[in-house]
Amino acid sequence: MKETRLGDFEETLLLLVGILDMEAYAFKIAEEFESQTTRATSIGAVHSTLNRLSEKGFLTSEMGASTAARGGRRKRIYTITASGQRTLEASRDFKVSLWNQFPAFAGAKLNFNV
Amino acid sequence: MDQSKKHTTPPRFAERFLLWFLKADLAEEVLGDLDEKFYVTLEKKSERRARRNYWYQVFNYLRPFAFKFFRSKYSNNTTMIKHNFKVSLRQLMKNKVYSSINIGGLALGMTVAMLIGLWVTDELTYNKNHDNYNSIVQVLRNDSWNGEISTNNSLTTGMGTLLSENFRNHFEQVAMVRARIEQRTLSHDDKKFTQQGYFMQPEGPEMFSLPMKYGSRDGLKELRSIMLSESLSKKLFGDTNPVNEVVRMNAEWDLKVTGVYEDLPKNSEFKAASYFSTIDFYLEGWASLNSWNNSNMYVYGKLNPESNIDEVSSLIDDAFKERLEASEEDNNLLFFLNPMTEWHLNSEFVDGKRVTSKTTLFVWFYGAIGAFVLVLACINFMNLSTARSEKRAKEVGIRKTVGSLRSQLIAQFYVEALLYSFLAFGLSLLLLKASLPWFNQTSGKGISQPWDNGSFWLLAIGFMLVTALLAGSYPAAYLSSFRPIKALKGTFAAGKRAAIPRKVLVVFQFTISIVLIIGTITVNNQIQFAKNRPVGYSPEGMISLRPASPEFNKKLPVLKDELARTGFVDAVGTSNYAVTSTLGWNGGFQWDDENPNTTNISFNTINISYDYAEAVGMEFIAGRNFSREFPTDQNGVLINRSAMERMQLQDPVGKVLSYNPSWKELDQYTVLGVVEDMIKGSPFESTNQSVMFLGKRFSWLYIRIAQHASLSEAIPVIEAKFNEVYPDAPFDFQFADEEYAKKFEAEERISSLAKFFSVLAIIISSLGLFGLASYVAEQRTKEIGIRKVLGASVSNLWSLLSKDFTLLVILSCVIAVPIAYSVLSGWLSGYEEIRTPMYWWVFAVAGAGALLITVVTVSFQAIKAAVANPVKSLRSE
Repeated sequence: MKETRLGDFEETLLLLVGILDMEAYAFKIAEEFESQTTRATSIGAVHSTLNRLSEKGFLTSEMGASTAARGGRRKRIYTITASGQRTLEASRDFKVSLWNQFPAFAGAKLNFNV
Repeated sequence: MDQSKKHTTPPRFAERFLLWFLKADLAEEVLGDLDEKFYVTLEKKSERRARRNYWYQVFNYLRPFAFKFFRSKYSNNTTMIKHNFKVSLRQLMKNKVYSSINIGGLALGMTVAMLIGLWVTDELTYNKNHDNYNSIVQVLRNDSWNGEISTNNSLTTGMGTLLSENFRNHFEQVAMVRARIEQRTLSHDDKKFTQQGYFMQPEGPEMFSLPMKYGSRDGLKELRSIMLSESLSKKLFGDTNPVNEVVRMNAEWDLKVTGVYEDLPKNSEFKAASYFSTIDFYLEGWASLNSWNNSNMYVYGKLNPESNIDEVSSLIDDAFKERLEASEEDNNLLFFLNPMTEWHLNSEFVDGKRVTSKTTLFVWFYGAIGAFVLVLACINFMNLSTARSEKRAKEVGIRKTVGSLRSQLIAQFYVEALLYSFLAFGLSLLLLKASLPWFNQTSGKGISQPWDNGSFWLLAIGFMLVTALLAGSYPAAYLSSFRPIKALKGTFAAGKRAAIPRKVLVVFQFTISIVLIIGTITVNNQIQFAKNRPVGYSPEGMISLRPASPEFNKKLPVLKDELARTGFVDAVGTSNYAVTSTLGWNGGFQWDDENPNTTNISFNTINISYDYAEAVGMEFIAGRNFSREFPTDQNGVLINRSAMERMQLQDPVGKVLSYNPSWKELDQYTVLGVVEDMIKGSPFESTNQSVMFLGKRFSWLYIRIAQHASLSEAIPVIEAKFNEVYPDAPFDFQFADEEYAKKFEAEERISSLAKFFSVLAIIISSLGLFGLASYVAEQRTKEIGIRKVLGASVSNLWSLLSKDFTLLVILSCVIAVPIAYSVLSGWLSGYEEIRTPMYWWVFAVAGAGALLITVVTVSFQAIKAAVANPVKSLRSE
């Protein structure tokens, strides 16, 4: 069975795919990642991770529209699958439960339940 | 935005590099993404930055998931291979008869090729068990007599001693070995065995690197010491270490066991030795290590690495000749070294020159046969595959229409050939395992099962692949070349030309088979021819033995009396050499006063007893046997027919011979009788001129058993008497007729191998023919049906179907006869004196046999097709 836990980078990308929705293709995701996290990455790294997430069954993809900026080439649009969504939720719940067990944070009444 | 930037494009070279390593199915999206990135960067930053970034992105695609060199999970390569195998298996299961003919034929061919390969390897690795294989030499000598040069390997002890004393700078080790394997009785406690072994100088075991199990290689330093082979040691001492134990030789001498060596492999010079004892012990009391007139030693040495064999040869030649002085000047001796590498395969000399030996010829001959049989089997495979091509034409057509490439079809046929040859290979391994013991026995070899031999597997598997390649090449090239439209429309007809290769292959196969049949019969004829020669004595009803007792001669009269009294024995004769050997040669005879040169002719000389002639059953042509009534018979001789002819005497009885060999005073002998030639040596050579003296000391005993007595009755009685007279010596008798039969061993071996090969060739050829015939019958099912409906008889149809093949086989006969004739007359020319003529009937029988096999094979299919119900064959359309 394939590894179903998520790494940090993987989790971020998965969320970004959800956010970008119909515009979720490698280049856009990489741009979005850089602008939101101010961390540098490359399209290749993103593509590789997206590929891995697809293999795990968290993402599906299909070829989408083409634009002139791409030299008329089509882009591969990624979508989160149900299992991807479940994994994201599980990951979030787990972290929240950890936060709740930490008295210092819990006392500060920080609300992480978005 | 800078307008000029609009026309900037991503770096070409980076793009090309990307495409070089990137998986084809990712190209579109990746190039698109990178383009987008490039233009976005270009808008914000300089062109250089954008270009650099593009390179950066390209390098970041150097990841496993994007490489085209990594197997894509979408690739269909493995699928195609699986598919090929599946189709091949289905083909195999669908045509069970064809497949089993194919696989069985190939397996037979492979087994034969492997057997022969093992045999050839065994021959080529002869003596390689010795560590010093490359540096051991034997001293040989060429004698010329009357212009004839003969090469000889026995030297005098003086020569060996001279070598070991004066040539130490060239030889690391030197050892003399008694120039004949010696038979002795060895006993320990109550166990006694007659064994063969050699007497050797102390450096021998080290030089020949005897593989020691117990003791060391220094074991031959003491006078009374002996080294035993492992199997003899087991027989005498069981599994214990026998070093320092004592064995008794010939019931007379006690020898200390100083070592046990592992049995020597069958393909080595000293294979027959089950013991080695010392040469000093052999010579003790009757000869010295420095004699120059008795050639009874082999001389071996291990050359120093820096010594050149030719130089040392000539040095030795000079040294020996100097020592021999003028005494043997007329013999014109030449001494030279023969390296161990040449001993087995390359040591036949004619007129003092090395010639291609029979052994080498046999290696070539069997090698060629092995290759032929394998080729025959491959041909069958190709033949059957092409024959079925028309059936598979539709398959090829459809495959091509669907888009199959020619290379894929070729792969399909190769995979099929590989599968078949793999199955055949498995089968042939089983066959090999089963047939190796039999093969060893027939060929007189000791080849062990090769399963733990890495190079055997390497070769065998390579050989399987080559076979598959060879066998698959023709169908692969031929079947894949079909035009799909023609094949599918059904207008595909192989036509006359397509059948030509098939016919050529059939002719080729049968030519080889017929040549082999003719060869087998001729080899048999040759053996029969020699067997039918008059033997000159009667081996039947006679037993021979060599009593290993020091008191043999002394107690002989007692034994004779005792045996005579049993009533089972007609005569007891004795001689100094065996009747089955040609040992004992002497010159120095003179019978014609006018021609003194005759002393140069040498005669086979043996000493016999009064009753020898009666015991062995010699046939007198003239004169009489030795008789106790005439004391002058002490100076009488018997001669044989060849001697009479050689001496050119018309009426030799009563003639006087003077006899003056180098070791004896001159004496006069009267010829008492002339006997028919006896075949003592090879029955394939003419008999030697021979002179028989009345002797006093003997080593061989011949007992003629009375005609009225059965062997099973007589032998126990004789044995009891023998043991009474000679309690120390075992009663190791041989039947003289069996001993005589051993002389045919080499030829019988050729004969049984030739039989084996020709039977195989016939089986393989007829398997092929059977497959082809059934194919043809199937092809013509409809034609036969229509003919039958129109009134053709079964015999009509039968001849229709058989005619083609019969013609082919007749053609093979025409080709085979001259080939067989030239090959066999070459083989027979090796037998200069005793040679069977080549009878025409041999060729006729071989041809008729081949035809018969063809007719039977083809008829089976033809009749099956001819008697089939035409309704069945016609309704299918």
